[in-house]
Amino acid sequence: MQSQHHMLPLVVNGVSYVVNGKAIIEDVSFTIEDAGLTVLLGPNGAGKSSLLKLCHGLWPLSSGSIRWGDADVQDAKQKQAMVFQRPVLLRRSAAENVDHVLKLRGASSADRARVIEESLEWAGLADIADMPARKLSGGEQQSLTIARAWALNPEVLLLDEPTANLDPAATRRVEDLIRSFAEAGKKVIMATHNIAQARRLADEVLFLNHGRLLEQAPAEQFMSGPSDPLAARFIAGELVE
Amino acid sequence: METPQKKLLTGAIVLAGLAALGSYALLSSPKGTTITLASTTSTENSGLLGYLLPIFKGESGIGVRVVAVGTGQAMRMAMKGDADVVLVHHRPSEELFVEEGYGVERISVMHNDFIIVGPASDPAGIKGVTDVAAALGRVRSSRAPFVSRGDDSGTHKRELSLWGALGLQPGDDDGDWYRESGSGQGATLNVASEMDAYCLSDRASWVTFGNKRGLELLVEGDPLLLNPYSVILVNPQKYPHIKAPEGQQFIDWLVSERGQQLIAAYRVEGQQLFFPDALEATEE
Amino acid sequence: MNEFSNAFRTALHLLVEMDPGLLEVVLLSLRVSLSAVILAAVFALPLGAFVALTQFPGRRGVVILMNAMMSLPPVVVGLVIYLLLSRTGPLGTTGLLFTPTAMVIAQCVLVFPIIAALTRQTVFDLHEEYDEYLRSVGAGTRQKIATLLWDGRARLLTAILAGFGRAIAEVGAVIIVGGNILHSTRVMTTTIALETSKGDLGMALGLGIILVLIAVAVNTAVVTIGGGANQRTV
Repeated sequence: MQSQHHMLPLVVNGVSYVVNGKAIIEDVSFTIEDAGLTVLLGPNGAGKSSLLKLCHGLWPLSSGSIRWGDADVQDAKQKQAMVFQRPVLLRRSAAENVDHVLKLRGASSADRARVIEESLEWAGLADIADMPARKLSGGEQQSLTIARAWALNPEVLLLDEPTANLDPAATRRVEDLIRSFAEAGKKVIMATHNIAQARRLADEVLFLNHGRLLEQAPAEQFMSGPSDPLAARFIAGELVE
Repeated sequence: METPQKKLLTGAIVLAGLAALGSYALLSSPKGTTITLASTTSTENSGLLGYLLPIFKGESGIGVRVVAVGTGQAMRMAMKGDADVVLVHHRPSEELFVEEGYGVERISVMHNDFIIVGPASDPAGIKGVTDVAAALGRVRSSRAPFVSRGDDSGTHKRELSLWGALGLQPGDDDGDWYRESGSGQGATLNVASEMDAYCLSDRASWVTFGNKRGLELLVEGDPLLLNPYSVILVNPQKYPHIKAPEGQQFIDWLVSERGQQLIAAYRVEGQQLFFPDALEATEE
Repeated sequence: MNEFSNAFRTALHLLVEMDPGLLEVVLLSLRVSLSAVILAAVFALPLGAFVALTQFPGRRGVVILMNAMMSLPPVVVGLVIYLLLSRTGPLGTTGLLFTPTAMVIAQCVLVFPIIAALTRQTVFDLHEEYDEYLRSVGAGTRQKIATLLWDGRARLLTAILAGFGRAIAEVGAVIIVGGNILHSTRVMTTTIALETSKGDLGMALGLGIILVLIAVAVNTAVVTIGGGANQRTV
């Protein structure tokens, strides 16, 4: 899929994130040039979430720089959407949750109505539009947050372990939506510790451990044989500390 | 969409707010002139004012708003200009009030009397005693429980002067037998009835008091127990905002034949509570 | 027990007869307390939200103060406002002393800290929950406040009801600034105090029962109106 990407390449240069003297992210540098689905892979605590949030401009860098194409991290945020591990939904109906972000962006009420309908339709949530969002199942909730992201028409979708708390059926449903996003030409960057999921979805893999980037490679290449020994042990299913 | 629900909730709140505030326009604007009368709780509780004031309003068109507090507080209120007229029953305070320029003139209106009530068992043995000094002396020597108003009211001041005549100041840590309620007459009588204690009360409050239980009227009739009431117009030269013409109209009405007859006619449980003073023009 | 059965009989009697004196004090109680609560809420909700969301020097002290002022004694508030509104006081020229407006002001002062402090706590908790999401979608401060206030509406409504409860039940402030004037500033609680002081305990208790019934009615009304909304606010 061809698409205009003013946001790429993503250039992360010498980034560190230190909290209370502890380096959560240590001297990480990489470039992401191509569209498609990039997976940040690694064991729990590797710093994947943190890196994602730094790239999204939610946390300040301790050192280094991040640029999305021509834009700096704060300007780039407007053209991105993020999905969190636990679905963050307001205490209102599904449709109103989508309405809320559209209102924040200043859309007219006619536009909002149309986009809400399209997004919920796209995510297969049309029939629960008026249900209280918090009463939906885990899979429906996470699908809703992705529908909400879709409604924003971002150029980049960031996901932080989106299916970590979901059962297989819900996971499949959410993965289908993520794939749709990527197929629509948006850049997708997803953090996960689930190797099988990475195998299913990734075009590109960045492997992290202890706040450091250990390997970056196209997915096929990485999955058949990573160069980094820790990465190799990880995808072999060992517990990597 | 939840919008209709949200609108209903918002609408209900706005409506409640408007209703609350809007009702002010309708209900709180006083119809015609009103004056503020600072008077005492004993006067209010006797029901006399509730009986007199509507009649006055009907005849003059002037509404009288009564703030009923202790004599001390009533005087202080008037000294701050928060009332137009005072009706109280403590002569020294009244004279001082006029002397210091806060009041125009002290005018006698009526009197009632004080009585001593106490438990039917009467441990101090004062029933039927006509000399109030002797009665109080016996209460103290027997250390029988006694409840005082303790609130700087006219009744309280009278009580203190009665003890003072015996050379006593029971409030100054004289013993557990003497308790101060710091409250109005009714509340004080409540305490006395609970504690089976003696108490000085004005007759009107006693007659209208609804919780007598084991209490009885024990001492009455001593001239020292006479309780005269005066009415004073707050000095408009001190406080220009005072409604002097209307206040004076009220005072004139109280001491007129009409007002005085009404005062004498007021009965509770068949008893006359207040005795008019103005027509006799006794100024001593 | 005699007082209690007497009280129930009195309460029933007053209600059935639709005693006009009773109606008058009930309406005034509701007017004063509802006005006070709504007025307080209009300012306390945004203030509470603001303190929850904004960093500023001395914020900790402000939070402590807000919480402490929930314990303001009504009688002290009444006294202070009396001194302010008295003819010889700084606001004496307003002529508001011994009027229902003074009572609204006093109760508003009492209720304001309750709503503000509970709002602050609610918004703070919600902020923890929603902060990253709201920053992710680029919400400005005013939008954040509006989002969090609406989202916390169940808890905020409870806070407002708590304020109303405080207002309708207090006697210390209204009796001092209102003067308990018949047909003018006499409300349910001051009437109860008066009847008690006259020794008419049955009447006082009867009025007390009616006051509790009114409180129940108000709360029921609120829950019913918010009932549909309540389903979605869990």
